[in-house]
Amino acid sequence: MTNQPQNNPVPTFRDRLLAGFRVSEERMNGETKSPLHQIRRAALKTFETLGFPTVKQEEWKYSNVTSLINKAYEIDQPSTISAEDLNSLQIPNLSGNILYFLNGHYRADLSRIVSPASEVQIMSFREAITEQSEAVGAYFSRLADFEDSAFTALNTAFASDGVFIRVPDGQTVVEPIIMRFITDARTNSVAAQPRNLIIVGRNAEVKVVEAYRTLGDEASFTNAVTEVVVAREARVEYYKVQNDTDQSYHIGRTQVRQADNSLFYSTTVTLNGGFVRNDLNIVLDGEHCEAHMYGLYLPNGKQHIDNHTLVDHAKPNSYSNELYKGILEDRATGVFNGKIYVRPDAQKTNAYQSCKNVVRSPDATMNTKPQLEIYADDVKCSHGTTTGQLNDEALFYMRSRGIPKEQAQTLLMYAFAEDVMNKIKIAPIRDYLEGIVAEKLAM
Amino acid sequence: MLTINDLQASIGQKQILKGINLTVKAGEVHAIMGPNGSGKSTLASVLAGREDYEVTGGSVDYEGKDLLDMPAEVRAAEGIFLAFQYPVEIPGVSTTNFLKTAMNEIRKYHGKEPMDAVQFLRLMKEKMKLVNIDQSLLSRALNEGFSGGEKKRNEIFQMAMLEPKLAILDETDSGLDIDALRIVAEGVNTLRSPERATIVVTHYQRLLDYIVPDFVHVLYKGRIVRSGPKELAYELEEKGYDWIKAEVEAAGV
Repeated sequence: MTNQPQNNPVPTFRDRLLAGFRVSEERMNGETKSPLHQIRRAALKTFETLGFPTVKQEEWKYSNVTSLINKAYEIDQPSTISAEDLNSLQIPNLSGNILYFLNGHYRADLSRIVSPASEVQIMSFREAITEQSEAVGAYFSRLADFEDSAFTALNTAFASDGVFIRVPDGQTVVEPIIMRFITDARTNSVAAQPRNLIIVGRNAEVKVVEAYRTLGDEASFTNAVTEVVVAREARVEYYKVQNDTDQSYHIGRTQVRQADNSLFYSTTVTLNGGFVRNDLNIVLDGEHCEAHMYGLYLPNGKQHIDNHTLVDHAKPNSYSNELYKGILEDRATGVFNGKIYVRPDAQKTNAYQSCKNVVRSPDATMNTKPQLEIYADDVKCSHGTTTGQLNDEALFYMRSRGIPKEQAQTLLMYAFAEDVMNKIKIAPIRDYLEGIVAEKLAM
Repeated sequence: MLTINDLQASIGQKQILKGINLTVKAGEVHAIMGPNGSGKSTLASVLAGREDYEVTGGSVDYEGKDLLDMPAEVRAAEGIFLAFQYPVEIPGVSTTNFLKTAMNEIRKYHGKEPMDAVQFLRLMKEKMKLVNIDQSLLSRALNEGFSGGEKKRNEIFQMAMLEPKLAILDETDSGLDIDALRIVAEGVNTLRSPERATIVVTHYQRLLDYIVPDFVHVLYKGRIVRSGPKELAYELEEKGYDWIKAEVEAAGV
């Protein structure tokens, strides 16, 4: 594709995707007739109809994808990363199941699964299509509706690899499951579209981490969708960590459905990324559910980080709590859009939302938009957003004790971030991230 | 140690200090009293290096150096300490971590190695006793959710840790009950030595029962209008500030 004859028009990313879909279909044998593939076809059709979003759409008002879609990504680029290359990416003292995905594809040879199969089934989504066809059939694309989302439609159309996790009823997965999605943009522009399905059985418990990392200076596009099914009494800790490059585009959606008495506890930490859009959508489809959403984003330079969250209180007596925090430097831009729906049925809902930002430069911008839609009358809901500078009084107090201005600023920013960092309960991951946060804030 | 000469300072368009003259020698305790709005806290803040105030005239010599030329952190490293009237709450930073950072920055300024953890903890334990402060308070976020008394004790604790040459207490007595007042005063008195000096800014004479000053100055409308021995404080307590105000007005200053 790189040696395009000059007189032919350069195909757009959309053209390449559509061509890529046809190529992948040609490679399939009987699979084109499978129910799963019918979903893919429907999703492709939706994508064709919707097209990429524009800033005219409310949901994309502050996040312009024009430059994202004008890059010539290789759609199915294999990575040449070796096990040695990955050594430098290791997180110290981290034990558990560690799975590597290179440009969206699972690499069993690099991965390590330590939890017994009786505790949890962990495999690539590709394998699960045949090995766990019933579970995939029951849940794939049932949570993450693609009708009004071009990116979800696109991911669904190309859904072929990613992770599949299933925790049987009553099982506690002792070791965390860490998925490391490595995008190799060292030699050319690449696109990856991992598709993950996590099914947590009744009264089961698991900790999962989605960690994204881009290597190299070429452009990259990651479009990830994760569906999480949380059964009754199940407890899930979910972390998303993003440490990409200034040339990377990340669109990620996590769609969660919770049943009665379940707990979903999530923390999203975005350290770096040229353009990041996260959608975290939780449907509290049961009573006495608890959902926690924490987030931290630290854009600098020209980075753009957009967090959209949605909590849908569909049943009575549930609780949701949300705290997102950001520190913006230079010419960075940030977006926080937090929706809370309380359905007419969902009496005795408790829903709290808070978004706090420190804007450190006159050229940085933060757009916050809380959206509460409450259709029940006996509920407790609150929301608040703040955007400001570091507290001058606190700075003077620290300086008056001998701490130089710059250290005082760093200490205050670090303390501001700690509020969210403390929510990470996997100590080696927290320690590792704290190091990166401290380094970035001291810059 | 400290020579203030015709110091003038303003905030925005408003002039608050209109020519302060004061000399503090090592070993002395000076009390600065005065009615509300006379400029007492402004003087304390200007000496500590708060940037909200603009110094519009005069000079301050501190141990042969131009104090006004130093940023706040350098003043601290050179041995000036301000106990705040309203200590600031700093979420996410524990008192312990804060103090360790401060002490090590000051040591760095003087070309010394950072203190190791054991040394630091030993020193902390020793000073904690002095102000009767609890370990659990120190591991909490700095001043966050502390009661008024706890905040003031924490100020004196920090002072004890940093061992300043010149301590400035800005209305440290306000809002303290008598027991807390005694603890705070004891902490201050323990630090009294021939090498150190203290400036106690207060509205009431009460604190001066416990921290006995060598000199008392009355600040009114941005000037020191009267100075005297400690007995002046009793006179003020008895008669209030009106007689001084009247005297000043009569003199047409």
